[in-house]
Amino acid sequence: MSDRIPAEAERVFTTTIEKDQRVEPRDWMPDGYRKTMIRQIAQHAHSEIIGMQPEGAWITRAPSLRRKAILLAKVQDEAGHGLYLYSAAETLGADRGDLTRRLIEGRQKYSSIFNYPTLTFADVGVIGWLVDGAAICNQVPLCRSSFGPYARAMIRICKEESFHQRQGYELLMTMMRGTEAQREMVQDAVDRWWWPSLMMFGPPDAESPNTAQSMAWKIKRHTNDELRQRFVDMSVPQAEALGVTLPDPDLRWNADRGHHDFGEIDWTELKRVISGDGPMNAERLAHRRRADEDGAWVREAAAAHAAKRQGVPA
Amino acid sequence: MSGEIKHEWPLFEVFVRAKRGLNHVHVGSLRAADHEMALHHARDLYTRRNEGVSIWVVRSDDVVASGPDDKDAFFAPSGDKVYRHPTHYAIPDSVPHI
Repeated sequence: MSDRIPAEAERVFTTTIEKDQRVEPRDWMPDGYRKTMIRQIAQHAHSEIIGMQPEGAWITRAPSLRRKAILLAKVQDEAGHGLYLYSAAETLGADRGDLTRRLIEGRQKYSSIFNYPTLTFADVGVIGWLVDGAAICNQVPLCRSSFGPYARAMIRICKEESFHQRQGYELLMTMMRGTEAQREMVQDAVDRWWWPSLMMFGPPDAESPNTAQSMAWKIKRHTNDELRQRFVDMSVPQAEALGVTLPDPDLRWNADRGHHDFGEIDWTELKRVISGDGPMNAERLAHRRRADEDGAWVREAAAAHAAKRQGVPA
Repeated sequence: MSGEIKHEWPLFEVFVRAKRGLNHVHVGSLRAADHEMALHHARDLYTRRNEGVSIWVVRSDDVVASGPDDKDAFFAPSGDKVYRHPTHYAIPDSVPHI
């Protein structure tokens, strides 16, 4: 099995990528590819799991049974997405429990967007519209990732994300038809989430040293700045239709480029939040750690019950 | 009491039949304490939106698979044996229904 000479194995790997075919878990792959894929998938999985918290906080306070049911379904989806992704990471030899420990101990990251607080119910709508909208921009190209299990998980996730974005936008449309106070609440939420949403695409291309290798391996299909531009162009008409203002005085259509120009992003803020100093970093990790510890007895009891039923002494 | 409780639940592979008349297709994996829990988790995780009418769960360590390097031994011969394919046989166009 493994006595094949490395040069031949590497040639097969390179050809597979060049022909736009998928790399599957049992194929030979360079160590760097495996490590990068595990890191990328784990960070994505962690983001889905931590991403349950900002909206989960509103489930008990949703203003109607309909909104509560929608929010429950959405947060359940986020949990599902996390589990699809941990499943993909395990095909590469990563261990789910180990990945959770790395998250809890702060050794692996998750998307910086979830380190911002959800102050009003309008935030639930804006997260669906802008945060999930940005996530869709990022994720649709990943359905063509060269790593098969990740690409397949992304296809399932993207189908479900569409519900997330539409429920958010519909929630905001409903609030915009309401009282003046509700409209102000929506605008306030847009003002707070717009710039962090743009940061979701990562640092500018000039400061993204891994992009070239990731593009060559086809685990990244577009650069950060390309995807960010696509998101801005998509969001502008959606904001107009909603009747809100995007908080950027430099945002305007550029006919020469065929795209919207937009203002400079505060990269020091992104760096600060990524390095752990965002408004909610400590709370998000503490909550995840508590959930893991509180669930430990359930996992142990289930394992003991299974062992007992199999007749194996626990 | 005796021995050590294993806290890490085993891995299960999940197969879903999308609708009657189709094969079960592999959709992913999950962790569960036993087969019954694996089935319940598979229902929650992989069939939240009418994705299926039937689920199989199989312990991942019970799956025996060919490796990518077994390609020649396992899969090359069918390429050699062209006489296994219907197009290998020349039949005049005038012969109907064959």
